[in-house]
Amino acid sequence: MAILKVPVGPDDHIQGNPKAPITLVEYGDYECPACGLAYPIVKAVQKHFGRNLRFIFRYFPLAQAHPNAESAAETAEWAASHRRFWEMHDALYENQTMLGLPLYLALANALQLPEVELSVALENRIFHPKVRADFMGGVRSGVNGTPTFFINGRRHDASYDFAHLVAAIDMELEQAGTAS
Amino acid sequence: MATAKRGQQQAMNQPQTTSEGGSYSRMRAPSKILPPGAEAPDFRLRVTPDQDLSLSELRGRPVIVAFYPADWSPVCGDQMAIYNEVRPEFQKYGAEVLGISVDGAWCHKAFAEHRNIRFPLLSDFEPKGEVAKSYGAYRYTEGVCERALFVIDKDGVVVWSYLSPIAVNPGADGILDALEGLQQKEGVSAA
Repeated sequence: MAILKVPVGPDDHIQGNPKAPITLVEYGDYECPACGLAYPIVKAVQKHFGRNLRFIFRYFPLAQAHPNAESAAETAEWAASHRRFWEMHDALYENQTMLGLPLYLALANALQLPEVELSVALENRIFHPKVRADFMGGVRSGVNGTPTFFINGRRHDASYDFAHLVAAIDMELEQAGTAS
Repeated sequence: MATAKRGQQQAMNQPQTTSEGGSYSRMRAPSKILPPGAEAPDFRLRVTPDQDLSLSELRGRPVIVAFYPADWSPVCGDQMAIYNEVRPEFQKYGAEVLGISVDGAWCHKAFAEHRNIRFPLLSDFEPKGEVAKSYGAYRYTEGVCERALFVIDKDGVVVWSYLSPIAVNPGADGILDALEGLQQKEGVSAA
């Protein structure tokens, strides 16, 4: 079973209780339709587990298959440099079929962030190293497609529908409960 | 590790949306693939509708041979798509990757164009599955290649091999570990 090789750290985008017993990591691609389907499922899973779960999103753009995946990830990372990662992340998935510079600039504008700065950042690929680092960390951890989830460091190989994710996390919680 | 085992069992029993080949039977004895140390059988296969490629042509550099069941997997980011993305990392070790399935050369061509795949996809088409059989990577019941990986060194010897459950895309981490090990070994022997 594949194990997450890059531990959750300060470079990560983390949502939820930092001390939660469950850490759910997703490797995702903003242009991947399957990730688009997973997006509301993750929201529902986060709601279901509340303070018992923290969620981490890492970039895994399949750039050869999805020409906008890297620029979307770089846009999210740029928003992160303004501490607005999650708003941009949500907006990218919610507008997944319209990815491209006009959308990125419109989203920056909607978040009242400087559009020109975003243009320059994308043109110069300033955030590409972080995106590529996420990608390679994923490859070394056995990410084998998008989306790939890790629950407390172990790759979740079953379906990522709500019922399967909840069942897998419940089992993990049960184990954590027995261990303590 | 009770949880991990239950999780694994569940993964094998449930329909999977994150992996491929869900319709293939899983209740069968696993193939015996060529182990490390074995000489990699040479082959010459169609790589485009009018060109052949042989393993021996790539002698002198590491080669990754990835057998897979079929083109046109329904999920994004299938096994070949991952190798396509990771290929620059493979190239850092001087390695080339070859995908092999029983699909015909025209099928591979359409698949490669559709998915923008930049490495060779070979057709083990006639006699069907002959090369896969010589590597122990053929599924007789379904008539397709196993999902099996081989890393072959510059002298044509298998240094690492891995048979993945047919429904689980093995990713690229095992390949990168093997290439890293190969580089270290060669560094030591050259010193």
